[in-house]
Order: sequence, then structure tokens, then C-alpha cells
Amino acid sequence: MARSKALIFGGRELGSRLIVGTGKYPSLEVARRAIEASGATMVTVAVRRVDLGRRGEPSILDVLADLKVAILPNTAGCYTADEAVRVARLGREAGLSELVKVEVIGDEKTLLPDNEGLLQATRTLVKDGFVVLPYTNDDLVVAKRLRDAGAAAVMPLGAPIGSGLGIQNALHLRLLIEAIPEIPVIVDTGVGTASDAAVAMELGADGVLMNTGIAGARDPVAMAKAMALAVEAGRLAFEAGRIEKKNYATASSPEAGRVGGSR
Amino acid sequence: MLLRLNGSVAEAPEGATLEALIGRLGLPAARIAVERNGEIVPRGQYAGVVLAEGDVIEVVTLVGGG
Repeated sequence: MARSKALIFGGRELGSRLIVGTGKYPSLEVARRAIEASGATMVTVAVRRVDLGRRGEPSILDVLADLKVAILPNTAGCYTADEAVRVARLGREAGLSELVKVEVIGDEKTLLPDNEGLLQATRTLVKDGFVVLPYTNDDLVVAKRLRDAGAAAVMPLGAPIGSGLGIQNALHLRLLIEAIPEIPVIVDTGVGTASDAAVAMELGADGVLMNTGIAGARDPVAMAKAMALAVEAGRLAFEAGRIEKKNYATASSPEAGRVGGSR
Repeated sequence: MLLRLNGSVAEAPEGATLEALIGRLGLPAARIAVERNGEIVPRGQYAGVVLAEGDVIEVVTLVGGG
């Protein structure tokens, strides 16, 4: 039977297959309630300059400390491997965690990953002792190279970051998942609503990472709960093994003994 | 003396340490990372770093993000 792989990073197994971002929430209170409703035990954060004009104000870090979730710093906004390595090291120092979600962006309009820069950053950071989770294209060749470079998971995209378009290339994701049996595959980005998360899990993903799909919803707390249920439903459906698709009907009720039949 | 702090010009007394600068900014040391001229200064070593004219200091933290 198909089984989802355990999500164990840095010696800690995640209690949920849903990983959520912490950006774009209307308030810290909504962020707190949504993260709680999502059931996520690991969340992403970004590394940015301290705003020297606003120091002392409550921060998302207060919320995350209360919720006792694992922190996954990202390298969002980096366009070269060198930038990503630099930001990852700063994130490790600020967050006291070896985990990093590596993003090396190659195009400003689509925020699609730069394969070459991503591979380079992954190799450097793995050598440097990081637990590397790279955000990558839905390209199994690149995913294999990331795996060979020592990535702890691969995180292929469902659709461009923040687009809410859902899983755009289910075949590529399925092929990628089948090609990488050794490490977890976490579908990152593009989830717009609960069914998108369920589809990702039904394809065999080991987890889903999302931010805007929850934070941008009219009711982020309710959407967080919907996403948690969808991830769980999708995983169960994958493990249960769906029926084959057929073009014509097969009756669910017995043919024999129909009322008014010839026999 | 003049430094560059998070992209802006900042002033510090001659002989000031990184610890003094961070202390003056009132930042919680547990949640920041500091880079001096492109090199990370590990937490706990700020007191031993004497700042020099023209130093480029980056002070970062973790914020909400995906």
C-alpha cells in the first residue's frame, strides 16, 4: 500500500503534514488563531532587516513562541545562490535552527525558481550543516539533483507563489513524487482553496506548504481549518488507493433480480 | 565615527563596541543576527567587537513570511 513518508527534519517529526507561512495576515491575532487552526507544527518566516523605527512592537515571533511551533526561515527575495546562502546563515543565527527553506528566484514577475542557483545554494548549505528544503520547479530532473545534493526534502511548486491557481501540472508533480522515493516531497505554493491541497496530497505529496491561500482568505481562521482537513483527507485518499478511471458506467447495484426483469 | 547601519548612516562614539551599539538600539538579542562587513558576528561575541569608521552593519530578525 502507498504510504506517505514521515516528515522528520532536524531529528523532529512534524505532527502535521501542513506547513504554513506567517506573512500577509491582517493582524498578529488572526495569524495566531489561523496557525493554531491549521494544526501546523512548523511555520516559515522571512529574514529581514530590523526596522529600527519600530523596535519594541509585538512581533510574529511572540506568537510563534506561544504556539511552540518549529521555525523554518526562508530565503525569500534572493536572486542568487550567494544571497540565499548569506540570508540562510543570518536566519540560522537569528532563529537558532539549522532548517532553511531555500528560495533562489529567477524571474521577478512569476517568482519562479532559478534551478542553477538553487542547486548551488543547496550544495553549499548542506556542506555547511543546514537541513535544506529547497523550493523548486515541478521538474523531476532538478528534484533528483537536489536530492543528490543532500536536500532533506524537495518542495515543488503547484503554481506561482501567491497565485492561488491550484495544481497546474498534476502529471509533472506525480512523476516527480514517483521519481523521489527517498525524501519527502512537499508541494509548495499555488494553493488557493482546500481542494487544491487535497489534490496535492492525493497525488502522493508528503506535505503541503502554503501561506497566501490561508492568510489572504476572507476568513483566514476558517480557511486554515479547511486546509488542515483537506490535507488529511487527501493523504487518506492517497493511502487508501483510488479506483481506476473508466469512460463508461459500471452499476453499483446488482444486475440480477431487477423488478420486472425477464428472469 | 560614521557607520552604515541597515543601509543608513549612523553615528557611534570612537571605540564603541558592537554590544554598545546593539544595546543603544534596544533590540532583543535573542531574536537578531548581526553581520559586520559581510561576516556574521556570533551571538555572545558582540562585546569583543570594537567598531571602526565605515563599518557596514546589518541587523536582521525574523518576520512573517512564506
